[in-house]
Amino acid sequence: MPYIKTEDLPGIRALLAFSPATSTPIGELANILLRDTEGLSPAERELIATHVSHLNDCFYCDQSHGEIACYYLGGDRDLVNEVRNNYQTAGVSDKLKSLLYIAGKVQKSGKSVTIEDVEQARLQGATDKDIHDTVLIAAAFCMFNRYVDGLGATTPSDLASYSARAKQVAETGYGNHIFTNKQPIAEKI
Amino acid sequence: MSHIPFEEGLFGIRGPMSFSPATAKPLNELAEILLRNDNNTLSRGERELIGTYVSYLNDCFFCQNIHGAIAGHYLDCNIQFIDAVKNNFEDTPLSDKIKALLSIAGIVQRGGKHVKPEQIEKARSLGATDKEIHDTVLIAAAFCMFNRYVDGLGTWAPPDWQYYVERAPRRAAEGYAEFDLHK
Repeated sequence: MPYIKTEDLPGIRALLAFSPATSTPIGELANILLRDTEGLSPAERELIATHVSHLNDCFYCDQSHGEIACYYLGGDRDLVNEVRNNYQTAGVSDKLKSLLYIAGKVQKSGKSVTIEDVEQARLQGATDKDIHDTVLIAAAFCMFNRYVDGLGATTPSDLASYSARAKQVAETGYGNHIFTNKQPIAEKI
Repeated sequence: MSHIPFEEGLFGIRGPMSFSPATAKPLNELAEILLRNDNNTLSRGERELIGTYVSYLNDCFFCQNIHGAIAGHYLDCNIQFIDAVKNNFEDTPLSDKIKALLSIAGIVQRGGKHVKPEQIEKARSLGATDKEIHDTVLIAAAFCMFNRYVDGLGTWAPPDWQYYVERAPRRAAEGYAEFDLHK
């Protein structure tokens, strides 16, 4: 149960519904950072978000964005778990590994990112935009994770519900519609 | 030197915002609503103090100084008061409610899970509303993003407090949405 009185919605959605004015720019930021196809792919962006949320021990965000990444990756949940548990040996590109490393540093503090970390990413083919987007995605999830857990947002225990919400976001994007529309229901198998 | 090249003369967050105007727009709109919208029972000065305090805890020089100067402008106080809030807000003449909210902001800075119901209840018992609690947590969380953005890209912050004091009145008057990065 959230620490403030909200509508009965899962995770961040209850908080977004509580404060639609702030939710509008939040949704716009998420759409640009996580659904842009220039440079990093949406799957790579969601993997960075999942990694940082995992480091911040925010189950709702970790699970939510992991499922969105999984959707973009054609259902490859094993790959998402590999990235969660040890991205250095996961089946992702060396470029993404070097960016996940930077994201992990940002999660600790901005100042812990060194020029050597950035140069290593450049050696693996990262552009200025890739580096910028990685830092901002990691920074933004340090905000989202704190927003969700800091207000005690409800963490659904039904894992199938994360896949249902992930499909909605992958297909229709981020924005206020995710709390104004009826919540997606997990398909019964 | 910053980790990616930015336009010369654009300090702190201005370099990254100039590099990526698409993300700057919602970032600035969020700041505008959170910190400047007057449909809020927390004053602008109180909200800027929350941002300043969290930036201080995150050791972000640029953010704590620009928002400290803006807080100082709104509250009509000097740097000594801003420093006192950063170092030990309990000993300052701020209201008990604001002190309870600053305490929550400090806990959010460490991590969302560190916030416990008792701390929320304490703030509520001192008069904090749900919206004030929501906004405190989101301001603190947002500054955990802004501070990492500014420092994570290795931006440079002018070391002189006067730089920030000189710019505070313009920011206070014009706000954050669509502000001219070059002025």
